Amino acid sequence: MADVVVQHARAARTTSARKGGSLHNALRRKSTVAFFLTLPLILLIALFVLYPALFSIHLASLNKSMQKFVGFGNFTFLFKRETFWMVVKQSCIFAVTAVFFKALIGFIVAHFVHNIPAKGQRKWRGMLLVPWVIPPAMSTLAWLWLFDPSYSAFNYTLSLFGIGPINWLGDAAWARFSVILVNVWYGAPFFLIMYLAALKSVPDQLYEAAAIDGANWWQKIWFITLPMMRNIIAITTLFSLIVTFANFDIVRILTSGGPLDQTQIFATYAFRVGIESNDIPLGASVSLFMVPILAVAAIFILRDVNKRGNES
Amino acid sequence: MSTLAIDKGGPRRKVKYGSMSRDRAWALRWSYFFLVLFAIFFLTPPLYMVITSLKSSAEISAATNPWWVFHPTLANYVELLTSNQFLRFFWNSSIVSLVVVVVTMLISIPAAFALARMKFWGSTTLATGVFLTYLVPDSLLFIPLFKMLALVQDITGITLLNRWYVLLFIYPTLTVPFCTWIMIGYFASIPKELDEAAIIDGASWLQTLTRIFIPVALPGLIAATIFAFTVSWAQFLYPLVFTTSIDQLVLPVGITTTLIKGDVFNWGQIMTGALLGAAPPLIIYAFLMDYYIAGLTAGATKG
Repeated sequence: MADVVVQHARAARTTSARKGGSLHNALRRKSTVAFFLTLPLILLIALFVLYPALFSIHLASLNKSMQKFVGFGNFTFLFKRETFWMVVKQSCIFAVTAVFFKALIGFIVAHFVHNIPAKGQRKWRGMLLVPWVIPPAMSTLAWLWLFDPSYSAFNYTLSLFGIGPINWLGDAAWARFSVILVNVWYGAPFFLIMYLAALKSVPDQLYEAAAIDGANWWQKIWFITLPMMRNIIAITTLFSLIVTFANFDIVRILTSGGPLDQTQIFATYAFRVGIESNDIPLGASVSLFMVPILAVAAIFILRDVNKRGNES
Repeated sequence: MSTLAIDKGGPRRKVKYGSMSRDRAWALRWSYFFLVLFAIFFLTPPLYMVITSLKSSAEISAATNPWWVFHPTLANYVELLTSNQFLRFFWNSSIVSLVVVVVTMLISIPAAFALARMKFWGSTTLATGVFLTYLVPDSLLFIPLFKMLALVQDITGITLLNRWYVLLFIYPTLTVPFCTWIMIGYFASIPKELDEAAIIDGASWLQTLTRIFIPVALPGLIAATIFAFTVSWAQFLYPLVFTTSIDQLVLPVGITTTLIKGDVFNWGQIMTGALLGAAPPLIIYAFLMDYYIAGLTAGATKG
């Protein structure tokens, strides 16, 4: 009896398996499998990215003790503060200048690396990427020490040329310069690597044809290199704009916004207001001001990435 | 007359060839010159870390030539590597990074497989969403996340704030989107015939993933792993906000908050700590540079 039952069961299983093999069922099974495979990802994004993003809009509409709804109260309060407008200005100057010089240095150095014989390129590329590999919090400490006004290297070296001690991080203008310099140092290698990869993909025949037509180096860059690299330049710049605009580590460690909030950018100001001064709603409002700029950059990146995907 | 003209033509052409190769030689020399300049700019801070880490506090405060070590000593290294506090930071950082790498891979590989191969309802939207999440910076979310953790703690009574393990839930939001994104690219580049053959031979979806996709896309997997590790090792803002007790800190926060005490800067020790903190990513980079760069450039492209 038992044997018969088992055989029945086995027979049933094989028929159901055969049914599962039919197209419709396979599709249905595929989508369930796909759902379970992506479920952890969806949960993670929903719980720890989407929900906090919406929650911060809710937070921004509360008063300091988070008891009362104040609508746009936090935003109008910020608009009246001079410090806030300084933060907006400094964030824009910081991001635009830093990204511009990162892109420029990356572009120039990529050409130099591309110029030298292929067997030496790996070594140079490896050396020049080191700033990007070191955790920014650690390398910024080294810069903090380099900038030290009395005992350290920069002022010592300058004093050899008779240039007086510079208060790198205490003077507002120099502090702004230093913060941007460190950011350029950290970010330029990323541009270098991206541009180098892009340069390698430009066919040599184009340059040969241009050389035969008598083009000089400037014309070669303007009419061949830049148009061929346009997409990668756009993506890299926009991406770096987002990261630089939202930067926290470098400014926090180097100046923590000082002197007198002159180097404060959105992220550090939100930290100062929201965590250190314990006014969470106001801090949330400050960081929400990043959203419009980030969103515009993100839309353009997405467009370019999709375009690139379709090309290849 | 005619011979003269030919004579003139000969050398002129030669000169032209010569000038062209001379131009090239000069371009090469200039390239090396500027590369050396930029290498100095890029490598000064790390080298300065090494120089300072070998100095004693006395030598630093004596304000001798800062670019040279007159009395090299390993005292800073010995002191930090025998300090329980520093080893605690190192341990916290290691355990957090390693667990985050494993969690990231467990989430992003199956998801990337599904998004690359199984066209289902909303799959393209989800892929776009993943990419957008990658663009959301940490400085946008740290305040609401802080408040969320505080609320959960109030409601359930589970201590979340000021505990290192809370980072295990938060860090994947930074690593998973990018890893999923580049794995989609690598998986999509695998020829369809390969998994079709596996399916025909009776392999299940799971077997196709583990027997075909993971081995074939191994370079991408390594690149994603390196990325996840370096991101979680370097993360500074989240641990700064979520953890405060000394025994809960990870390395970047630990070094910046405990070694800098008020106005007294023990620079020799800070530089040693920073160097030791930078060592794991640097070592990985030294050995797996090509994978590292592959991961870097894959981010901006779709496969």
